[in-house]
Amino acid sequence: MRRNQVAVVGAAETTELGVIPNMSQLQLHADAALNAIADAGLKLSDIDGFATAVETPQQVCHYLGIKPTWVDGTSVGGCSFMLHVRHAAAAIEAGLCKTVLITHAESGKSMIGKQPRFTAADSLNGQFEAPYGVYGPPSMFPIPVLRFMKTYGITHEQLASVAVVQREWAAKNPRAMMKDPITVADVLNSRMIAYPFRLLQCCLVTDGGGALILTSADRAKDFPRKPVYIMGTGESVETPMVSQMETFNSSRAFKTAGPLAFKEAGIAHKDVDHLMIYDAFAHLPLFGLGDLGFMPHEETGRFIADGNTRPGGKLPLNTNGGGLSYMHSGMYGMYALQESVRQMRGIAPAQVPNAKISVCHGVGGMFAASGTIVFTNER
Amino acid sequence: MAEPQRARPKPTPETQHFWDGTQAGELRLQRCDACAHVYFPPRPFCPSCASRKVSIFKASGKGFLYSYVINHRPAAPGFTPPYAIAVVELAEGPRMMSNIIDCPQTPEALELDMKLEVAFEKLDDKITLPVFRPAKG
Repeated sequence: MRRNQVAVVGAAETTELGVIPNMSQLQLHADAALNAIADAGLKLSDIDGFATAVETPQQVCHYLGIKPTWVDGTSVGGCSFMLHVRHAAAAIEAGLCKTVLITHAESGKSMIGKQPRFTAADSLNGQFEAPYGVYGPPSMFPIPVLRFMKTYGITHEQLASVAVVQREWAAKNPRAMMKDPITVADVLNSRMIAYPFRLLQCCLVTDGGGALILTSADRAKDFPRKPVYIMGTGESVETPMVSQMETFNSSRAFKTAGPLAFKEAGIAHKDVDHLMIYDAFAHLPLFGLGDLGFMPHEETGRFIADGNTRPGGKLPLNTNGGGLSYMHSGMYGMYALQESVRQMRGIAPAQVPNAKISVCHGVGGMFAASGTIVFTNER
Repeated sequence: MAEPQRARPKPTPETQHFWDGTQAGELRLQRCDACAHVYFPPRPFCPSCASRKVSIFKASGKGFLYSYVINHRPAAPGFTPPYAIAVVELAEGPRMMSNIIDCPQTPEALELDMKLEVAFEKLDDKITLPVFRPAKG
Protein backbone atom coordinates (compact mmCIF):
# COMPACT_ATOMS: atom_id res chain seq x y z
CA MET A 1 0.00 0.00 0.00
CA ARG A 2 1.27 3.51 -0.78
CA ARG A 3 2.18 5.56 2.28
CA ASN A 4 0.34 8.68 3.45
CA GLN A 5 -2.59 8.34 1.02
CA VAL A 6 -5.20 7.95 3.77
CA ALA A 7 -5.61 9.92 7.00
CA VAL A 8 -7.44 9.82 10.30
CA VAL A 9 -9.73 12.88 10.37
CA GLY A 10 -11.88 11.98 13.35
CA ALA A 11 -10.97 10.29 16.62
CA ALA A 12 -12.71 10.07 19.96
CA GLU A 13 -13.34 7.84 22.93
CA THR A 14 -16.61 7.44 24.78
CA THR A 15 -17.63 10.45 26.84
CA GLU A 16 -16.86 8.48 30.00
CA LEU A 17 -14.28 5.75 30.56
CA GLY A 18 -14.08 3.35 33.46
CA VAL A 19 -17.33 2.20 35.03
CA ILE A 20 -20.32 3.17 32.88
CA PRO A 21 -23.38 1.45 34.38
CA ASN A 22 -25.86 3.60 32.45
CA MET A 23 -24.99 2.39 28.92
CA SER A 24 -25.20 -0.91 27.07
CA GLN A 25 -22.29 -2.08 24.96
CA LEU A 26 -24.19 -1.09 21.80
CA GLN A 27 -24.83 2.42 23.13
CA LEU A 28 -21.14 2.74 23.99
CA HIS A 29 -20.43 2.11 20.27
CA ALA A 30 -22.87 4.90 19.41
CA ASP A 31 -21.46 7.27 22.03
CA ALA A 32 -17.93 6.85 20.66
CA ALA A 33 -19.15 7.10 17.04
CA LEU A 34 -21.11 10.29 17.65
CA ASN A 35 -18.11 11.84 19.41
CA ALA A 36 -15.84 10.96 16.47
CA ILE A 37 -18.38 12.29 13.96
CA ALA A 38 -18.47 15.58 15.86
CA ASP A 39 -14.67 15.62 16.09
CA ALA A 40 -14.47 15.33 12.29
CA GLY A 41 -17.24 17.89 11.67
CA LEU A 42 -19.25 15.30 9.72
CA LYS A 43 -22.82 14.01 9.64
CA LEU A 44 -23.65 10.31 10.00
CA SER A 45 -24.90 10.39 6.40
CA ASP A 46 -21.34 11.17 5.27
CA ILE A 47 -20.17 7.71 6.42
CA ASP A 48 -20.14 5.17 3.58
CA GLY A 49 -17.74 2.62 5.05
CA PHE A 50 -17.92 0.90 8.43
CA ALA A 51 -15.86 -1.56 10.46
CA THR A 52 -16.21 -3.05 13.92
CA ALA A 53 -15.38 -6.21 15.88
CA VAL A 54 -17.37 -8.54 18.19
CA GLU A 55 -20.60 -6.68 17.46
CA THR A 56 -21.56 -7.13 13.80
CA PRO A 57 -21.39 -4.27 11.30
CA GLN A 58 -25.12 -4.68 10.63
CA GLN A 59 -25.90 -4.33 14.32
CA VAL A 60 -23.97 -1.11 14.82
CA CYS A 61 -24.80 0.37 11.38
CA HIS A 62 -28.52 -0.12 11.91
CA TYR A 63 -28.38 1.29 15.43
CA LEU A 64 -26.57 4.39 14.16
CA GLY A 65 -28.59 4.71 10.95
CA ILE A 66 -25.57 4.28 8.66
CA LYS A 67 -26.06 2.92 5.11
CA PRO A 68 -22.60 1.69 4.11
CA THR A 69 -21.29 0.50 0.73
CA TRP A 70 -18.28 -1.19 2.39
CA VAL A 71 -18.08 -3.07 5.68
CA ASP A 72 -15.44 -5.04 7.55
CA GLY A 73 -16.30 -7.30 10.49
CA THR A 74 -12.79 -8.63 11.05
CA SER A 75 -12.78 -9.83 14.64
CA VAL A 76 -9.42 -11.21 15.74
CA GLY A 77 -9.35 -9.86 19.28
CA GLY A 78 -8.06 -6.61 20.68
CA CYS A 79 -5.98 -5.65 17.64
CA SER A 80 -8.99 -5.92 15.28
CA PHE A 81 -9.04 -2.14 14.99
CA MET A 82 -5.47 -2.02 13.69
CA LEU A 83 -6.58 -4.45 10.99
CA HIS A 84 -9.66 -2.30 10.31
CA VAL A 85 -7.42 0.74 9.79
CA ARG A 86 -5.29 -1.25 7.33
CA HIS A 87 -8.31 -2.63 5.47
CA ALA A 88 -10.07 0.76 5.44
CA ALA A 89 -6.99 2.45 3.98
CA ALA A 90 -6.89 -0.16 1.20
CA ALA A 91 -10.63 0.23 0.56
CA ILE A 92 -10.41 4.02 0.35
CA GLU A 93 -7.42 3.78 -1.98
CA ALA A 94 -9.32 1.27 -4.14
CA GLY A 95 -12.31 3.60 -4.35
CA LEU A 96 -14.74 1.26 -2.56
CA CYS A 97 -15.77 4.00 -0.15
CA LYS A 98 -14.74 7.52 0.83
CA THR A 99 -15.26 7.94 4.56
CA VAL A 100 -14.86 5.02 6.97
CA LEU A 101 -16.03 4.86 10.57
CA ILE A 102 -14.40 2.25 12.85
CA THR A 103 -15.96 1.65 16.24
CA HIS A 104 -15.07 -0.34 19.32
CA ALA A 105 -16.96 -0.56 22.59
CA GLU A 106 -17.10 -3.04 25.39
CA SER A 107 -19.09 -3.15 28.59
CA GLY A 108 -16.20 -5.12 30.06
CA LYS A 109 -16.84 -4.16 33.68
CA SER A 110 -20.60 -3.58 33.87
CA MET A 111 -21.41 -6.40 31.39
CA ILE A 112 -24.51 -4.69 30.00
CA GLY A 113 -25.60 -5.98 26.60
CA LYS A 114 -22.38 -7.98 26.24
CA GLN A 115 -22.54 -11.51 24.87
CA PRO A 116 -20.69 -13.99 27.12
CA ARG A 117 -17.53 -15.50 25.69
CA PHE A 118 -17.86 -19.26 25.32
CA THR A 119 -15.49 -22.07 24.39
CA ALA A 120 -17.31 -24.98 22.73
CA ALA A 121 -16.37 -28.39 24.14
CA ASP A 122 -15.77 -29.75 20.62
CA SER A 123 -13.55 -26.85 19.48
CA LEU A 124 -9.80 -27.44 19.53
CA ASN A 125 -9.46 -25.04 22.47
CA GLY A 126 -12.33 -26.86 24.20
CA GLN A 127 -10.66 -30.25 23.74
CA PHE A 128 -7.00 -29.47 24.25
CA GLU A 129 -6.78 -26.42 26.54
CA ALA A 130 -10.01 -25.89 28.53
CA PRO A 131 -9.77 -29.25 30.39
CA TYR A 132 -6.50 -28.12 31.99
CA GLY A 133 -8.02 -25.24 33.90
CA VAL A 134 -7.50 -22.22 31.69
CA TYR A 135 -10.13 -19.72 32.69
CA GLY A 136 -9.92 -16.26 31.18
CA PRO A 137 -6.92 -14.33 29.86
CA PRO A 138 -4.91 -14.13 33.14
CA SER A 139 -4.59 -17.94 33.17
CA MET A 140 -3.56 -18.09 29.49
CA PHE A 141 -1.72 -14.98 28.32
CA PRO A 142 1.18 -15.31 30.80
CA ILE A 143 1.85 -18.99 29.97
CA PRO A 144 4.82 -18.16 27.68
CA VAL A 145 6.50 -15.71 30.07
CA LEU A 146 8.56 -18.11 32.24
CA ARG A 147 10.16 -19.59 29.12
CA PHE A 148 10.79 -16.09 27.72
CA MET A 149 12.42 -15.06 31.02
CA LYS A 150 14.66 -18.12 31.12
CA THR A 151 15.73 -17.80 27.49
CA TYR A 152 16.65 -14.14 27.73
CA GLY A 153 17.58 -13.72 31.40
CA ILE A 154 14.65 -11.38 32.14
CA THR A 155 14.03 -10.83 35.87
CA HIS A 156 10.81 -10.54 37.90
CA GLU A 157 11.90 -7.02 38.88
CA GLN A 158 12.25 -6.00 35.23
CA LEU A 159 8.77 -7.32 34.47
CA ALA A 160 7.45 -5.41 37.48
CA SER A 161 9.08 -2.20 36.21
CA VAL A 162 6.78 -2.26 33.17
CA ALA A 163 3.82 -1.51 35.45
CA VAL A 164 5.78 1.10 37.43
CA VAL A 165 6.81 3.08 34.33
CA GLN A 166 3.34 3.01 32.83
CA ARG A 167 1.87 4.31 36.06
CA GLU A 168 4.21 7.31 35.68
CA TRP A 169 2.60 8.04 32.32
CA ALA A 170 -0.90 7.47 33.70
CA ALA A 171 -0.26 10.02 36.44
CA LYS A 172 -0.10 12.67 33.70
CA ASN A 173 -3.43 11.61 32.21
CA PRO A 174 -6.65 12.87 33.84
CA ARG A 175 -8.68 10.09 32.18
CA ALA A 176 -6.46 7.27 33.42
CA MET A 177 -8.13 4.89 35.88
CA MET A 178 -5.06 4.35 38.07
CA LYS A 179 -2.81 7.36 38.76
CA ASP A 180 -1.15 6.77 42.15
CA PRO A 181 2.59 6.08 41.91
CA ILE A 182 3.72 2.49 42.50
CA THR A 183 7.11 0.86 43.09
CA VAL A 184 8.62 -2.42 41.95
CA ALA A 185 8.06 -3.70 45.50
CA ASP A 186 4.38 -2.72 45.32
CA VAL A 187 4.02 -4.74 42.13
CA LEU A 188 5.85 -7.78 43.53
CA ASN A 189 3.77 -7.66 46.72
CA SER A 190 0.41 -7.29 45.00
CA ARG A 191 -2.01 -10.21 45.00
CA MET A 192 -0.92 -13.26 43.01
CA ILE A 193 -3.13 -13.89 39.98
CA ALA A 194 -1.29 -16.43 37.85
CA TYR A 195 2.36 -16.96 38.79
CA PRO A 196 4.57 -15.24 37.80
CA PHE A 197 2.07 -12.41 37.34
CA ARG A 198 0.49 -10.41 40.12
CA LEU A 199 -2.45 -8.04 40.09
CA LEU A 200 -0.47 -4.96 39.04
CA GLN A 201 0.97 -6.81 36.03
CA CYS A 202 -2.52 -7.57 34.69
CA CYS A 203 -4.70 -5.15 32.76
CA LEU A 204 -7.64 -3.28 34.22
CA VAL A 205 -11.21 -4.32 33.50
CA THR A 206 -13.33 -1.35 32.49
CA ASP A 207 -16.16 -0.06 30.27
CA GLY A 208 -15.60 2.22 27.32
CA GLY A 209 -15.18 2.61 23.62
CA GLY A 210 -13.57 4.58 20.85
CA ALA A 211 -14.05 5.44 17.20
CA LEU A 212 -11.93 6.58 14.27
CA ILE A 213 -12.85 8.19 10.96
CA LEU A 214 -10.60 7.79 7.92
CA THR A 215 -10.66 9.40 4.50
CA SER A 216 -8.26 10.07 1.64
CA ALA A 217 -5.30 12.32 2.39
CA ASP A 218 -6.43 14.68 -0.38
CA ARG A 219 -9.80 15.22 1.31
CA ALA A 220 -8.27 15.26 4.79
CA LYS A 221 -6.90 18.80 4.44
CA ASP A 222 -10.47 20.17 4.41
CA PHE A 223 -11.30 18.76 7.85
CA PRO A 224 -11.12 20.75 11.11
CA ARG A 225 -8.46 18.56 12.77
CA LYS A 226 -4.83 18.14 11.84
CA PRO A 227 -4.73 15.03 9.62
CA VAL A 228 -2.86 12.00 10.91
CA TYR A 229 -1.58 9.97 7.97
CA ILE A 230 -1.39 6.20 7.67
CA MET A 231 2.27 5.71 6.82
CA GLY A 232 2.56 1.93 7.07
CA THR A 233 0.50 -1.09 8.09
CA GLY A 234 0.94 -4.78 8.87
CA GLU A 235 -1.15 -7.68 10.10
CA SER A 236 -0.99 -11.40 10.78
CA VAL A 237 -2.50 -14.24 12.78
CA GLU A 238 -0.90 -17.30 14.36
CA THR A 239 -3.05 -19.60 16.54
CA PRO A 240 -6.04 -19.34 18.89
CA MET A 241 -4.27 -21.83 21.21
CA VAL A 242 -1.48 -20.27 23.22
CA SER A 243 0.01 -23.76 23.74
CA GLN A 244 0.49 -24.10 19.98
CA MET A 245 2.59 -20.98 19.34
CA GLU A 246 5.71 -21.78 17.31
CA THR A 247 7.84 -20.61 20.22
CA PHE A 248 7.40 -18.80 23.55
CA ASN A 249 10.54 -16.74 22.85
CA SER A 250 8.68 -14.44 20.46
CA SER A 251 5.34 -13.98 18.72
CA ARG A 252 5.23 -15.02 15.06
CA ALA A 253 2.27 -12.69 14.48
CA PHE A 254 4.22 -9.75 15.97
CA LYS A 255 7.29 -10.61 13.90
CA THR A 256 5.18 -10.60 10.74
CA ALA A 257 2.96 -7.56 11.29
CA GLY A 258 5.57 -5.22 12.76
CA PRO A 259 8.27 -5.44 10.07
CA LEU A 260 5.59 -5.23 7.33
CA ALA A 261 4.47 -1.88 8.72
CA PHE A 262 8.03 -0.56 9.10
CA LYS A 263 8.87 -1.59 5.54
CA GLU A 264 5.74 -0.04 4.09
CA ALA A 265 6.40 3.20 6.00
CA GLY A 266 10.02 3.19 4.86
CA ILE A 267 11.26 4.04 8.35
CA ALA A 268 14.02 2.81 10.62
CA HIS A 269 13.61 2.24 14.36
CA LYS A 270 15.53 5.42 15.18
CA ASP A 271 12.83 7.39 13.33
CA VAL A 272 10.13 6.38 15.85
CA ASP A 273 9.24 9.24 18.21
CA HIS A 274 6.37 7.54 20.02
CA LEU A 275 5.43 3.90 20.53
CA MET A 276 2.34 2.06 21.70
CA ILE A 277 2.56 -1.69 22.41
CA TYR A 278 -0.71 -3.24 23.54
CA ASP A 279 -0.10 -4.27 27.16
CA ALA A 280 -2.81 -6.62 28.34
CA PHE A 281 -0.10 -8.05 30.60
CA ALA A 282 3.36 -6.84 31.58
CA HIS A 283 5.33 -9.10 29.26
CA LEU A 284 3.82 -7.75 26.05
CA PRO A 285 5.99 -4.62 25.78
CA LEU A 286 9.06 -6.88 26.06
CA PHE A 287 7.85 -9.21 23.33
CA GLY A 288 6.92 -6.16 21.25
CA LEU A 289 10.24 -4.33 21.60
CA GLY A 290 12.09 -7.47 20.56
CA ASP A 291 9.73 -8.75 17.85
CA LEU A 292 9.41 -5.31 16.22
CA GLY A 293 13.19 -5.17 16.05
CA PHE A 294 13.89 -2.26 18.41
CA MET A 295 16.50 -4.36 20.23
CA PRO A 296 17.41 -7.98 20.96
CA HIS A 297 14.88 -9.59 23.31
CA GLU A 298 17.49 -10.04 26.05
CA GLU A 299 17.90 -6.24 26.30
CA THR A 300 14.16 -5.44 26.59
CA GLY A 301 13.79 -5.96 30.35
CA ARG A 302 16.79 -3.82 31.22
CA PHE A 303 15.75 -1.17 28.67
CA ILE A 304 12.44 -0.61 30.45
CA ALA A 305 13.80 -1.02 34.00
CA ASP A 306 16.50 1.58 33.22
CA GLY A 307 13.82 4.16 32.42
CA ASN A 308 14.21 4.47 28.65
CA THR A 309 10.45 4.29 28.08
CA ARG A 310 9.36 6.57 30.95
CA PRO A 311 8.47 10.26 30.64
CA GLY A 312 11.58 12.01 29.35
CA GLY A 313 13.11 8.70 28.18
CA LYS A 314 14.45 8.15 24.69
CA LEU A 315 11.58 5.90 23.55
CA PRO A 316 8.25 7.06 25.05
CA LEU A 317 6.09 3.92 25.32
CA ASN A 318 2.41 3.54 26.24
CA THR A 319 2.06 7.20 27.07
CA ASN A 320 -1.61 7.01 28.10
CA GLY A 321 -0.69 4.59 30.90
CA GLY A 322 -1.61 1.54 28.82
CA GLY A 323 -3.96 -1.30 29.55
CA LEU A 324 -2.26 -1.66 32.92
CA SER A 325 -3.19 1.85 34.15
CA TYR A 326 -5.26 3.82 31.60
CA MET A 327 -8.16 1.52 30.80
CA HIS A 328 -8.82 -1.91 29.32
CA SER A 329 -12.36 -2.78 28.36
CA GLY A 330 -11.35 -6.12 26.83
CA MET A 331 -10.17 -5.09 23.36
CA TYR A 332 -7.68 -2.35 24.09
CA GLY A 333 -6.31 -1.82 20.57
CA MET A 334 -8.69 1.07 19.90
CA TYR A 335 -7.34 3.01 22.90
CA ALA A 336 -3.75 2.52 21.76
CA LEU A 337 -4.77 3.91 18.35
CA GLN A 338 -6.52 6.87 20.02
CA GLU A 339 -3.35 7.73 21.94
CA SER A 340 -1.21 7.54 18.80
CA VAL A 341 -3.63 9.91 17.05
CA ARG A 342 -3.59 12.33 20.01
CA GLN A 343 0.22 12.31 20.01
CA MET A 344 0.32 13.00 16.26
CA ARG A 345 -2.22 15.80 16.66
CA GLY A 346 -0.09 17.23 19.47
CA ILE A 347 -2.92 17.17 22.01
CA ALA A 348 -2.06 14.20 24.25
CA PRO A 349 -2.19 14.82 28.03
CA ALA A 350 1.42 13.56 28.23
CA GLN A 351 2.48 14.97 24.88
CA VAL A 352 5.84 13.88 23.46
CA PRO A 353 7.40 17.15 22.18
CA ASN A 354 7.71 17.37 18.38
CA ALA A 355 6.66 13.76 17.82
CA LYS A 356 6.30 13.12 14.07
CA ILE A 357 6.11 9.33 13.80
CA SER A 358 4.08 7.05 16.06
CA VAL A 359 4.07 3.24 15.89
CA CYS A 360 0.99 1.52 17.28
CA HIS A 361 1.25 -2.24 17.77
CA GLY A 362 -1.63 -4.46 18.81
CA VAL A 363 -2.22 -8.03 19.90
CA GLY A 364 -5.38 -10.11 19.57
CA GLY A 365 -6.27 -13.10 21.73
CA MET A 366 -3.28 -14.69 23.48
CA PHE A 367 -0.68 -13.82 20.82
CA ALA A 368 -3.28 -15.12 18.33
CA ALA A 369 -3.24 -12.08 16.06
CA SER A 370 -1.40 -8.84 15.52
CA GLY A 371 -1.74 -5.52 13.73
CA THR A 372 0.71 -2.64 13.45
CA ILE A 373 0.04 0.91 12.22
CA VAL A 374 2.67 3.58 11.61
CA PHE A 375 1.21 7.09 11.84
CA THR A 376 2.75 10.42 10.89
CA ASN A 377 1.61 14.04 11.03
CA GLU A 378 3.76 15.06 8.05
CA ARG A 379 2.97 14.23 4.48
CA MET B 1 -26.17 -29.50 43.99
CA ALA B 2 -23.40 -31.28 42.11
CA GLU B 3 -19.88 -29.93 42.36
CA PRO B 4 -18.87 -27.86 39.34
CA GLN B 5 -16.94 -30.09 36.94
CA ARG B 6 -13.84 -29.38 34.96
CA ALA B 7 -14.41 -28.71 31.26
CA ARG B 8 -14.86 -31.98 29.33
CA PRO B 9 -13.60 -32.35 25.79
CA LYS B 10 -16.07 -33.45 23.15
CA PRO B 11 -14.26 -35.35 20.36
CA THR B 12 -14.86 -34.62 16.68
CA PRO B 13 -14.34 -37.07 13.79
CA GLU B 14 -10.81 -35.71 13.36
CA THR B 15 -9.83 -36.09 17.01
CA GLN B 16 -11.65 -39.31 17.98
CA HIS B 17 -8.49 -41.42 17.55
CA PHE B 18 -6.69 -39.26 20.11
CA TRP B 19 -9.39 -39.72 22.73
CA ASP B 20 -9.72 -43.45 21.93
CA GLY B 21 -5.96 -43.60 22.54
CA THR B 22 -6.02 -41.99 25.95
CA GLN B 23 -8.77 -44.40 27.02
CA ALA B 24 -6.45 -47.23 25.96
CA GLY B 25 -3.55 -45.71 27.90
CA GLU B 26 -1.79 -44.37 24.79
CA LEU B 27 -0.77 -40.87 23.80
CA ARG B 28 -1.34 -40.85 20.04
CA LEU B 29 0.26 -38.40 17.64
CA GLN B 30 0.23 -38.14 13.86
CA ARG B 31 3.14 -38.28 11.44
CA CYS B 32 3.10 -37.25 7.80
CA ASP B 33 3.94 -40.14 5.47
CA ALA B 34 5.28 -37.69 2.89
CA CYS B 35 7.52 -35.35 4.89
CA ALA B 36 7.76 -37.14 8.30
CA HIS B 37 6.49 -34.07 10.16
CA VAL B 38 4.97 -34.98 13.56
CA TYR B 39 2.13 -32.69 14.62
CA PHE B 40 -0.60 -31.94 17.16
CA PRO B 41 -3.51 -31.21 17.58
CA PRO B 42 -5.00 -33.95 15.38
CA ARG B 43 -6.13 -33.38 11.81
CA PRO B 44 -6.27 -35.69 8.77
CA PHE B 45 -3.59 -33.86 6.77
CA CYS B 46 -0.10 -32.52 7.34
CA PRO B 47 -0.02 -28.82 8.36
CA SER B 48 3.54 -28.63 7.05
CA CYS B 49 3.20 -30.02 3.49
CA ALA B 50 -0.60 -30.52 3.09
CA SER B 51 -0.33 -34.23 2.32
CA ARG B 52 -3.43 -36.23 3.24
CA LYS B 53 -1.29 -39.34 3.76
CA VAL B 54 -0.69 -39.35 7.50
CA SER B 55 -0.32 -42.08 10.11
CA ILE B 56 -1.35 -42.32 13.73
CA PHE B 57 1.28 -43.69 16.12
CA LYS B 58 1.79 -44.19 19.83
CA ALA B 59 4.08 -41.51 21.23
CA SER B 60 6.73 -42.26 23.84
CA GLY B 61 4.88 -40.20 26.44
CA LYS B 62 8.15 -38.50 27.37
CA GLY B 63 8.76 -34.79 27.30
CA PHE B 64 9.89 -31.79 29.31
CA LEU B 65 8.31 -28.78 30.98
CA TYR B 66 8.38 -25.95 28.44
CA SER B 67 6.49 -23.28 30.40
CA TYR B 68 3.61 -22.81 32.83
CA VAL B 69 1.60 -20.52 35.07
CA ILE B 70 0.36 -21.34 38.55
CA ASN B 71 -3.20 -20.12 38.48
CA HIS B 72 -4.54 -18.56 41.67
CA ARG B 73 -7.64 -16.70 40.56
CA PRO B 74 -10.09 -16.96 39.04
CA ALA B 75 -10.04 -20.76 39.25
CA ALA B 76 -11.72 -22.83 36.56
CA PRO B 77 -14.67 -25.01 37.65
CA GLY B 78 -13.42 -28.27 39.10
CA PHE B 79 -9.99 -26.89 40.07
CA THR B 80 -8.68 -25.95 43.50
CA PRO B 81 -6.15 -23.11 43.31
CA PRO B 82 -3.26 -22.76 43.14
CA TYR B 83 -2.78 -25.18 40.25
CA ALA B 84 -0.28 -25.22 37.41
CA ILE B 85 -1.32 -25.00 33.77
CA ALA B 86 1.66 -26.32 31.87
CA VAL B 87 2.87 -26.65 28.30
CA VAL B 88 4.83 -29.85 27.73
CA GLU B 89 7.20 -30.32 24.82
CA LEU B 90 6.99 -33.96 23.73
CA ALA B 91 10.07 -35.95 22.74
CA GLU B 92 8.55 -36.26 19.24
CA GLY B 93 8.42 -32.45 18.86
CA PRO B 94 4.85 -31.18 19.31
CA ARG B 95 3.79 -29.32 22.43
CA MET B 96 0.57 -29.73 24.34
CA MET B 97 -1.13 -28.08 27.28
CA SER B 98 -1.50 -30.25 30.36
CA ASN B 99 -1.38 -30.43 34.15
CA ILE B 100 1.53 -31.72 36.23
CA ILE B 101 0.55 -34.33 38.84
CA ASP B 102 2.51 -35.89 41.73
CA CYS B 103 4.41 -32.62 42.14
CA PRO B 104 3.92 -29.61 44.43
CA GLN B 105 2.33 -26.77 42.47
CA THR B 106 5.11 -24.33 43.35
CA PRO B 107 7.78 -22.43 41.39
CA GLU B 108 10.44 -24.31 43.39
CA ALA B 109 9.15 -27.74 42.41
CA LEU B 110 8.17 -26.88 38.85
CA GLU B 111 11.51 -26.35 37.17
CA LEU B 112 11.55 -25.47 33.49
CA ASP B 113 13.07 -28.26 31.39
CA MET B 114 12.34 -30.95 34.03
CA LYS B 115 11.69 -34.33 32.45
CA LEU B 116 8.08 -35.49 32.41
CA GLU B 117 6.16 -38.62 31.49
CA VAL B 118 2.55 -39.04 30.53
CA ALA B 119 -0.12 -40.34 32.90
CA PHE B 120 -3.83 -40.76 32.33
CA GLU B 121 -6.66 -39.31 34.34
CA LYS B 122 -10.08 -40.83 33.74
CA LEU B 123 -12.81 -38.19 33.83
CA ASP B 124 -15.74 -40.44 32.92
CA ASP B 125 -16.58 -43.45 30.75
CA LYS B 126 -15.88 -41.50 27.56
CA ILE B 127 -12.99 -39.18 28.33
CA THR B 128 -9.55 -39.83 29.77
CA LEU B 129 -7.17 -36.86 29.89
CA PRO B 130 -3.44 -37.09 29.30
CA VAL B 131 -1.55 -35.38 32.14
CA PHE B 132 2.12 -35.47 33.07
CA ARG B 133 4.22 -36.31 36.12
CA PRO B 134 7.92 -35.88 36.86
CA ALA B 135 9.81 -38.67 35.09
CA LYS B 136 11.22 -41.39 37.31
CA GLY B 137 14.99 -41.79 37.30
